[in-house]
Amino acid sequence: MSRIQSVLQALKGQGRKALIPYITAGDPHPDRTVELMHTLVEAGADIIELGVPFSDPMADGPVIQLACERALEHGTSLRQVLEMVKTFRSRDDKTAIVLMGYLNPVEAMGYEAFSDAAKAAGVDGVLTVDLPPEEAEDVAPLFAERGLDPIFLLAPTTTEDRIRAISQHSSGYIYYVSLKGVTGSAQLDVDDVAEKVSRIHALTSVPVGVGFGIRNAETAAAVGRVSDGVIVGSVLVDTIAKNQDDIEALKSSLVNLLKPMREALDELAS
Amino acid sequence: MSVKLTEEMLRALPDTRGHFGAYGGRFVSETLMDSLMQLETEYLKLRDNPEFQATFDKDLADYVGRPSPLYFAERLTRETGGAQIWLKREDLNHTGAHKVNNTIGQALLASFLGKKRVIAETGAGQHGVATATVCARLGLECHVFMGSEDVKRQSLNVYRMKLLGAEVHAVESGTKTLKDAMNEAMRDWVTNVDETFYIIGTVAGPHPYPMLVRDFQAVIGRETRRQSLEQAGRLPDALVACVGGGSNAIGLFYPFLTDESVAMYGVEAGGLGLSSGQHAAPLCAGRPGVLHGNRTYLMEDENGQIAGTHSVSAGLDYPGVGPEHSWLKDVGRAQYVSVTDDEALDGFRKLTRVEGIMPALESAHAVAYATKLAASMDKDQMVVINVSGRGDKDIHTIAQLDGIEI
Ligand SMILES: Cc1ncc(COP(=O)(O)O)c(C=O)c1O
Repeated sequence: MSRIQSVLQALKGQGRKALIPYITAGDPHPDRTVELMHTLVEAGADIIELGVPFSDPMADGPVIQLACERALEHGTSLRQVLEMVKTFRSRDDKTAIVLMGYLNPVEAMGYEAFSDAAKAAGVDGVLTVDLPPEEAEDVAPLFAERGLDPIFLLAPTTTEDRIRAISQHSSGYIYYVSLKGVTGSAQLDVDDVAEKVSRIHALTSVPVGVGFGIRNAETAAAVGRVSDGVIVGSVLVDTIAKNQDDIEALKSSLVNLLKPMREALDELAS
Repeated sequence: MSVKLTEEMLRALPDTRGHFGAYGGRFVSETLMDSLMQLETEYLKLRDNPEFQATFDKDLADYVGRPSPLYFAERLTRETGGAQIWLKREDLNHTGAHKVNNTIGQALLASFLGKKRVIAETGAGQHGVATATVCARLGLECHVFMGSEDVKRQSLNVYRMKLLGAEVHAVESGTKTLKDAMNEAMRDWVTNVDETFYIIGTVAGPHPYPMLVRDFQAVIGRETRRQSLEQAGRLPDALVACVGGGSNAIGLFYPFLTDESVAMYGVEAGGLGLSSGQHAAPLCAGRPGVLHGNRTYLMEDENGQIAGTHSVSAGLDYPGVGPEHSWLKDVGRAQYVSVTDDEALDGFRKLTRVEGIMPALESAHAVAYATKLAASMDKDQMVVINVSGRGDKDIHTIAQLDGIEI
């Protein structure tokens, strides 16, 4: 069983939901990423989605676009991100790590070299926003051989046939994008998400994490109630931007955002 | 290396998932997949629908003014002292470039699909103007995304779009040019996917765009083929077109692909020279990768980050290229070359002075390469240059280079 699967199974046994924060690697500076990852864990993260910066983040809103620009100004490369994961792993072998980004840096490195390096670094899953399962035929077997979970997206526009097909290519969890839009959009419709996620649950046994539009304890709890985990990104990245010059303030702002979400999620269990 | 292409091979391209050999495909976030598949299904139905085709042909004739002439550039031929040079006059189209062939087709598709809101990206502004034009005609809401650098370089076209009723969104992210405009258009599209039709301006983007834009632009090559036979009694020996995303080039090339005797040259923007790194020539100096929904030759750094590009011509200033060109390069059916900013400017001046035809700076790249090529060919041979657009939009740029304030 992969680390992602055992993390999610253990939570399920306790009736709890996964808290899955996203930050962009290299933002505000590559030297800070590993300690920020540990901070996320202290604040209650079960899985970390670590963003690989890309020059053309087409699916991201302004907040994560700027994070990519900051990271790239410091030359953050995919190889460096893998080094960060390796360093993180020397102190933490419990928290699951999913690399999230776009396909081209992976293509540039080469599918095989990337798969080997990701496994060696201690990466558990890979989410490539612009890689639907149809185009993943070459890379999927390489991931499978190494026990890397391929995480795919489902969207409000995904048909039932596609939900079934995509689930069959997925392991670890499926990422349900809660709204039509880019990251950082705010108009989350909780009833709509509840309905869509229950439809997905009816079609697959793969756990479902929900992201886009989760900003605070209230939205986290509302989404946690109907899913297996909540993914929180832009609010965290925004606070990183605001506190980029003061690392202590930055870390406590991350904790202040995540702790109430963790508590709200855990209240659902009792 | 070159293979003989047959009708049968071409009919199989792209395949059902939009691949041209190793290139093309559909690399987008899941939210867009359903729309792209619907678009493909509907387009394939309409492609064989006589009513759709008749409307398209009538619009091209009565609204665009097609067929565009194939003109024998006698004086340019004499001055060059080689093969006969003929010009395919896409600059004479309504709105002044080949771009309108495609926007007429896609706006028709939008109407058939019942979409009332249209978005587009633009570099030089020609595609933006062509989109705003058809939207005005059909009463569609129109939003054009344009890099803020290009908004400055092409202020005349920005104003034209506004006069036509389009909203122009200046894009401040990334390099503030065409690729960033396309990113922003994609972001708008995922947000408003239900009611929005995205009119992509070139043969790039996810499947089915490279296929359908090619089909709409192929009218250029069909006419050229017929006109060559009628006016010159033969097929050309060489076709020359500039390549930004590659729509005017594929439009000219496509109907000739099985004519083995016809050589094809796609001219990329060499900027300050390929060795300077300051250019926009992915086929000449890039490598395959994935951007904007398809796999194709790209300009990128060793880490897979998309590289900044440079060209004096905003319409060629793009780090990718349509996937079908990547395939044509690999199979050796077309040659891809580049000319520098300075050579293109010379081409602009030459065509203007010798023939009284002011080409767009994009098209001037084709002129510059074709005159070199023609000079090396025999007098009884024939070269066709695609004059993809007229140069009015570039007069500010040229004046500035001449140190003149207009
Ligand atoms: C006149 C003209 N020619 C060529 C191009 C390049 O596009 P493509 O390579 O798709 O023909 C443009 C783009 O704006 C243009 O305006």
